[in-house]
Amino acid sequence: MTAPSTASANGLRSTSPAARGRSRTAGLAACLASGLLALGLLLVLPAAGAGSDDAGRGKALFGQCKRCHQVGGGAAHRIGPHLNDVFGRTAGSLADYRYSQAMREAGAGGLIWAGATLDAFLSDPHTFVPHTRMSFDGMEGADDRAALLAWLRGFSGDHSDPSPAEPTATPEEYGLDPHILAIQGDREYGAYLAGECTTCHRTDGADEGIPSITGWPLDDFVIALQAYKHGKRVHPVMQMVTGRLSDEEIAALAAHFHRAEDDP
Amino acid sequence: MSKSNRKNGLNRRHFLASAAAATTAVSALSAPTVLAEGRPRVVVVGGGAGGATAARYIAKDSEGAVDVTLVEPSRAYYTCFFSNLYIGGFREWVSIGHSYGALAANHGVNVVHDWAVSVDRDARSVGLAGGGSLAYDRLILSPGIDFRAGSVPGWDLSQQNRMPHAYKAGSQTQLLRAQIEAMPEGGTYCMVAPPNPFRCPPGPYERISMVAHVLKQSNPTAKIIIVDPKEKFSKQGLFEDGWQRHYPGMVERIGPDFGGDKVEVRPEAMEVVVDGEAMKVDVCNVIPAQQAGGIAAAAGITNEAGWAPIVPATMQSRADENIHVLGDAAHQGDMPKSGFSANSQAKVCAMAVRGALTGSSVFPPRFSNTCWSLIGTDDGVKVGASYEATDEKIAKTDGFISQTGEGAELRKATYEESLGWYAGITADMFS
Repeated sequence: MTAPSTASANGLRSTSPAARGRSRTAGLAACLASGLLALGLLLVLPAAGAGSDDAGRGKALFGQCKRCHQVGGGAAHRIGPHLNDVFGRTAGSLADYRYSQAMREAGAGGLIWAGATLDAFLSDPHTFVPHTRMSFDGMEGADDRAALLAWLRGFSGDHSDPSPAEPTATPEEYGLDPHILAIQGDREYGAYLAGECTTCHRTDGADEGIPSITGWPLDDFVIALQAYKHGKRVHPVMQMVTGRLSDEEIAALAAHFHRAEDDP
Repeated sequence: MSKSNRKNGLNRRHFLASAAAATTAVSALSAPTVLAEGRPRVVVVGGGAGGATAARYIAKDSEGAVDVTLVEPSRAYYTCFFSNLYIGGFREWVSIGHSYGALAANHGVNVVHDWAVSVDRDARSVGLAGGGSLAYDRLILSPGIDFRAGSVPGWDLSQQNRMPHAYKAGSQTQLLRAQIEAMPEGGTYCMVAPPNPFRCPPGPYERISMVAHVLKQSNPTAKIIIVDPKEKFSKQGLFEDGWQRHYPGMVERIGPDFGGDKVEVRPEAMEVVVDGEAMKVDVCNVIPAQQAGGIAAAAGITNEAGWAPIVPATMQSRADENIHVLGDAAHQGDMPKSGFSANSQAKVCAMAVRGALTGSSVFPPRFSNTCWSLIGTDDGVKVGASYEATDEKIAKTDGFISQTGEGAELRKATYEESLGWYAGITADMFS
């Protein structure tokens, strides 16, 4: 039993830099999915109406999301908010996650996440919630969105025995030495190095053609930059910039951008 | 009370109205931090990608410990980068205009709208066209380019309305677009391209793409001729491939092998003479040979070619350690003359200046550049490189360039990325 290996690459409408990075790891996501299937972890999942094939597909499609989002037991906010109980949640409403202003306003305006609203959002995030910080250009196939949402639905409502949360991108995925993640970044040095980033990435967190990089968890930031540095994520500018960053410098940048919005 | 209000609440520095007063201040300068004024003074000349960035970073990062004055004649600054997209109809004019209000309000930069016309290096003061002068501990010159007189025989600034350069964004850019729109059916647009080195190496060829884009819709039998003194040019393969795909048969380039290096113009007759042969054109976009903006020569820090040599690690002038030079005006080595480069150099310079004046940490310099160009709708390309400071020059260490044959989605993503970059760099300069 294997997950469809092409699922996560084919649903993309266009290839933003971030999305191109993701598509490269489609195979990894599928491998991970099949590994978990072998462990039987998916058996608890499918919600009403979703067959196990669909659930497998939904889980594989989540490979596009999991670099930023966690779902399942112990899921926490990472680059994006956790997705447990997202069905029924008011948009932008979790107090301990730092949303874009656009998302908070959408929630204040009455947007509640349900099948239809999540489907519309996933179809074209930046049209549905203009200025959302989510660096994703949309999932084109209605069937793909339905499969993903059916799988995700299993993590909303009663999940007294949820499967463990899938991690966002992990050090193991890139063969990253755990010592690299343990490096304490020098924020002052990071603030200087950040000058090379802020020619393109905005410190106010705005995301318009170029992803927001502020407020990320430290590990996720380090993993992403190490992945570019070692050619595991593909983007010519990012590969060039990270190619000459040392591990200490990447840690310094992570420390700086983690807090960049609080202390611009 | 906000941080910016606190900054503004500090005593503002005053103008030193006479050279005598400036000299008095300088005589106390053995240790900059114990000046009577209390704060070391930085004067930045030129409010573009180099100067605005340097002023912003020094003021922001020193948190009021350095007094920063920015001298820039324009109240509204129109970026040269993306001005071609205005010509092509991809940007509104207002979208490439920026004010200096936030630099004053958010960071306490003293913005003086005047022309800097002289530098007294012994007295450390800058003379303004309006009559005043500004004393400095460090002077940062980021004046961009001026044109070399006589480089295109027949053309001078008095002819720039007949034959616009549109190579300093502003009324010239709007004029060129209006002239292109008013071309007769089947008419000819001619560009006289500049010799190396010049501002924005892909700029003339992105402009050709944008002019072709406009004419293909409004005047499809029109012709585009480039008279070019250079053997080759930036992103040449990408541009020529794009012109073939989007505008077949429309663009003709006359290189030096066919006399492109022997050109003169006759503005009254609207003629371009290539290697002795005159041709009648309807729009003539003359981009002359270039040199550093005039204040660099006035300061006496330029070389024979008209550019200002610098020390790579700090962007200090080779002729005067109290003067730094940024962006197009600098003779620095391998970096192209681009807004991105100027912004990158400005941050290295800002760090060095703060370090020298306040003792803040100084880290190893690093530079980078990326130039995006738009060839047609959703058809963006880019070239970029990273650089390091050697004793001799800013030296390229790594680089990349878009490839011909890339998919439409990648080209569209590259264009969209350039929009993000524009928003990013202008925020980095002006917010």
